[in-house]
Amino acid sequence: MQEELKNIEICAIADIKNTNTSEEIDKVRVKYLGKKGELTKVLRGMGKLSSEQRPVIGKIANNVRENIEQSIVSRINKIKQEELNSRLSSEVIDVTMPGQKITLGKKHPITQSMDDLIGIFTKMGFKVAEGPEVESVYYNFDALNAAKNHPSRDMSDTFYIDENTILRTQTSPVQVRTMEKTKPPIRIISPGRCFRNDTPDATHTPMFHQLEGLVVDKGITLGDLKGTLEVFAKYFFGSQTKIKFRPHYFPFTEPSAEVDATCFKCTGKGCSLCKGSGWIELLGAGMVHPNVLRNCNIDPEIYSGFAFGMGIDRLTMMKYGIDDIRLFFENDMRFLNQF
Amino acid sequence: MLAPLSWLKEYVRIELDTNTLGNKMTMTGSKVEEIKLLGKDISGVVVGKIEDIKAHPNADKLIITIINIGDRKLQIVTGATNVAVGDLIPVAIHGSKLANDLKIKKGKLRGEVSEGMLCSPEELGISKNLIPEDCKDGIWILDGQFTLGKDFMDELLFREDVIEFEITSNRPDCLSMIGIAREISASTGEILSYPEINFKKIKGTALDKVEVVIEDDEGCKRYVVRVIKNVVVKSSPTWLQQKLIKAGIRPINNIVDITNYVMLEYGQPLHAFDLDTIKSNKIVIKRAADEIFRTLDGSDRGLNNTMTVISDGNETIAIAGVMGGAKTEVKSGTTTLLLESANFDKDMIRLTSKALQLRTEASSRFEKGVDINIAKLAADRACQLIELLECGEAVEDVIDVYPVRKEKRKLTIRTKKINELLGTDLKPEEIINILESLEICANRSGDNIDVLIPTNRDDLVEEVDFIEEIARIYGFERIKSTMPKGSVVIGGRTYSQNIRGLVKEILNSCGFNEILTYSFVSPKSIDRIHTNENSIKKNCVKLLNPLGEETSVMRTTLIPNMLEVLGRNSNRMVTNVHAFELGSIFIPSTQTEISLPNEIENLAIGMYGSADFYTLKGVIEEMLNQLGISEYQFDVEKYHSTYHPGRCANIIIANQVIGTFGQLHPTVTENYSINGNCFIAEINYEALLQYVSTSKRYVALPKYPTTARDFAIVVDENVYVRDIEKVIVKNAGEILEEFELFDVYTGNQIEGGHKSVAYTLTYRHADRTLTDEEVNLAQGKIVDELQKKLNAKLREN
Repeated sequence: MQEELKNIEICAIADIKNTNTSEEIDKVRVKYLGKKGELTKVLRGMGKLSSEQRPVIGKIANNVRENIEQSIVSRINKIKQEELNSRLSSEVIDVTMPGQKITLGKKHPITQSMDDLIGIFTKMGFKVAEGPEVESVYYNFDALNAAKNHPSRDMSDTFYIDENTILRTQTSPVQVRTMEKTKPPIRIISPGRCFRNDTPDATHTPMFHQLEGLVVDKGITLGDLKGTLEVFAKYFFGSQTKIKFRPHYFPFTEPSAEVDATCFKCTGKGCSLCKGSGWIELLGAGMVHPNVLRNCNIDPEIYSGFAFGMGIDRLTMMKYGIDDIRLFFENDMRFLNQF
Repeated sequence: MLAPLSWLKEYVRIELDTNTLGNKMTMTGSKVEEIKLLGKDISGVVVGKIEDIKAHPNADKLIITIINIGDRKLQIVTGATNVAVGDLIPVAIHGSKLANDLKIKKGKLRGEVSEGMLCSPEELGISKNLIPEDCKDGIWILDGQFTLGKDFMDELLFREDVIEFEITSNRPDCLSMIGIAREISASTGEILSYPEINFKKIKGTALDKVEVVIEDDEGCKRYVVRVIKNVVVKSSPTWLQQKLIKAGIRPINNIVDITNYVMLEYGQPLHAFDLDTIKSNKIVIKRAADEIFRTLDGSDRGLNNTMTVISDGNETIAIAGVMGGAKTEVKSGTTTLLLESANFDKDMIRLTSKALQLRTEASSRFEKGVDINIAKLAADRACQLIELLECGEAVEDVIDVYPVRKEKRKLTIRTKKINELLGTDLKPEEIINILESLEICANRSGDNIDVLIPTNRDDLVEEVDFIEEIARIYGFERIKSTMPKGSVVIGGRTYSQNIRGLVKEILNSCGFNEILTYSFVSPKSIDRIHTNENSIKKNCVKLLNPLGEETSVMRTTLIPNMLEVLGRNSNRMVTNVHAFELGSIFIPSTQTEISLPNEIENLAIGMYGSADFYTLKGVIEEMLNQLGISEYQFDVEKYHSTYHPGRCANIIIANQVIGTFGQLHPTVTENYSINGNCFIAEINYEALLQYVSTSKRYVALPKYPTTARDFAIVVDENVYVRDIEKVIVKNAGEILEEFELFDVYTGNQIEGGHKSVAYTLTYRHADRTLTDEEVNLAQGKIVDELQKKLNAKLREN
């Protein structure tokens, strides 16, 4: 019996070696270890053995089973590895072929600039206020201290709906509307569409975008205006940016200034963008004129404030090197896809 | 405003180089537009004198001149016709450079040696519109004392810096050399000095001869007259011409040049009449009648009673402050002058000049405001120059009609307020120094300062106007940057602004580009999109003064703009376009008291290329889902004429139509030249906003498995799947988790007029595994009901 067992082991291991697939090795397992397998058959004859022989043969039989099982496992592992290798080599693809096309849409470049600016100012505590595009002459001019004969009121500059109604030429009316219904402290920005009677060319369109800001509180100073705009310029153009205040005239602020920033392209050395000056015109700003405060029932003896305003379209053109403002409103997809 | 540096130096010392001065001026509020270096291209041109003129032996149209240039004589052949022996002229010698890169060399002209060229003003870089009348068509003949052989550009002071200033509309006092010099003085600390005015007067009173009456006291506030006798009208000397040319004004004759000179110097426009042409010897300032008047430029102009004119009592002789008349114009032969120095109402001058479309150096100064108190001074300065040029004699008496005198107004400004607004710590003495540098009289009164507002500074009205003066002269750059202190404020966008951002992000994620288009459109666009006859969209807000028909009404729908963009892209061969716009439409107000229209934010979506109805519908559904809106449905819309009648639906939320979408009607597609089918949607964003929900709540993940069942039914082809789905939902009970339409089929094996519709239904119970019996029961009930309600037949296999 002992020899029989040895023989089974030798035959089984030889059979295992000859297998090449998972199916073949399964057959071998059944042949030797199955319910009707050869090893099982031999073990069934164990009952006939003497009580001395039984443990000895039992031990050998277990040894044989373990050996067969072990070689089956190692054979299976080997076959699986080979099968995996052959699968992998059959699955080689051309990784240089193009990827599946997935296209995300883009926000309009002007919206992107606007979002950038809004992000900066909201961090500085500004709320975003909006107002109508069709505005009254009162909110657009009168309340903002624009002289009755100011040329900007002319039909050649402003689109009229009737004598009291126009398309707003700036987003400042939103400031007035806010001051009328809100008590200081006020800290708002008003982004939006504006309109001026300009025939379209490379630098003009009858519709454009502005962002204006307003702060009204006790003790607001010209220094605060400088500080706020300095922080803004550094956020928007980079931390090395400097700004310069040039005195100017606007009816709704006093003192007023035009504000230049060091050119973000050449950082002030002078280049084609800044026409060699090292500076680019950024915005107009100033301390809110007491008449404007009075028009909104805010006492200029108690409160003071500053305001500023900038053209988004021009800033966006400079940022991306766009040479024709009309491109913004043509909406050619090949243009929009670039941003 | 063009200011030659040498002219400014007559009133204020300037030691800085021009660029430094320019920067300083810009930083104190007089913005330098440009610094022009005159004569930088010209070299080798000297002053010469014609000593002889001979005929050219070989050419009729040429002459040979002998020119003395100091150390030697040159022979120069020229075609000029306005030269004579003794004339002083500019000579370009061998090797010289002229304007437009012209180089002059010695040569022969028709066999005769020519050692240079006699120059016209244009060849020396003087722009055509500034060339004096007398040498318009030829060589520049000089009038004055010049050294032969000296560099012409240096000798005539043409080689120098001219600064162009941008003068803001609140500072008309700076529209003069003295005004700018005053700013330079304040910026640099140099002392300002005025011309000393004195001249000989001849006996005889002007009042005897001339009477002045101001009838229109609204239009004219002051009228000064001086009478000049023994006038000789001729060209001005070169020194005067040269100054005018550099300041951008063309020399005409000595009298006109003097009036222009004084205007440039003081900012006071003057006008000279030929007194002999005013037969009545009377000056009446009054409103014009409805009349035609010929101005001195030869044009006939229609006047009316909104315009102030100067009349001789019978007829108009000048349009006040704008332009004189042809009849009374000063010309050669004029012997007596009536010199007017007046002050006219700025608003009326502005309106007159606008109505006549006639803007002159005078009107552009009057309309901004001229100091009423310099009228007499300016007239006297003109008399002084007339004496200097020896071209007339001023009569002793002066007429000065000045009914309401304008005095300097007193105002008190507070040191504390100044420092509070600027964020500075200025002492009263510093403030006084700044104000005095601007010739504003200021005196300390305790902590405050009493000022007298100069009559040339109408822009200075209240305290804050002085604060600006102090800030700009002190220097904005010296004010320390700080951040606003005070109350706590929270920044951010409003809810609706945030949702707008979210909508844009959702549509971007679906592959749609945002577009921005004009808020105004052509009224025809409403018809181009086949708007229904009685649609409210046809009622637009109209512009009174549009740029053109294309932009003449405010839009009542975003669709035409969207289609224009799609059409433009299609024409440019862009094959695949997915776009959206969020913008306002404008609906006229129905309430009469409120004149502003309703502005309603709308969302338009448009696409062509790889798109069909269901792509667009899927995008809309995903957008609604992402916005937390679940209770929406789509209704068939057959009558919206912009759309394909069989491929259009309304979006309904809570029984409200909030938008429409579908395939664009083929005719409309054609109207906009869009290649292929086009799909669009327009949604009332503000209506949509009410249903948006951003609150989110976690639902536990399922613990038990699902059971899925498929079935296919055959129904009449006109049955909507929505009706099938209603039956499914109603009869499946709570165990139905979801259903999916996976096939719709017509054709072989399906009876004509019918379609096969196939669904997968997925069942699940939250608390246990479902049994087959439960699922079969539900499924059976659904199929039974579909048979009853929709006459559906279950498809075997």
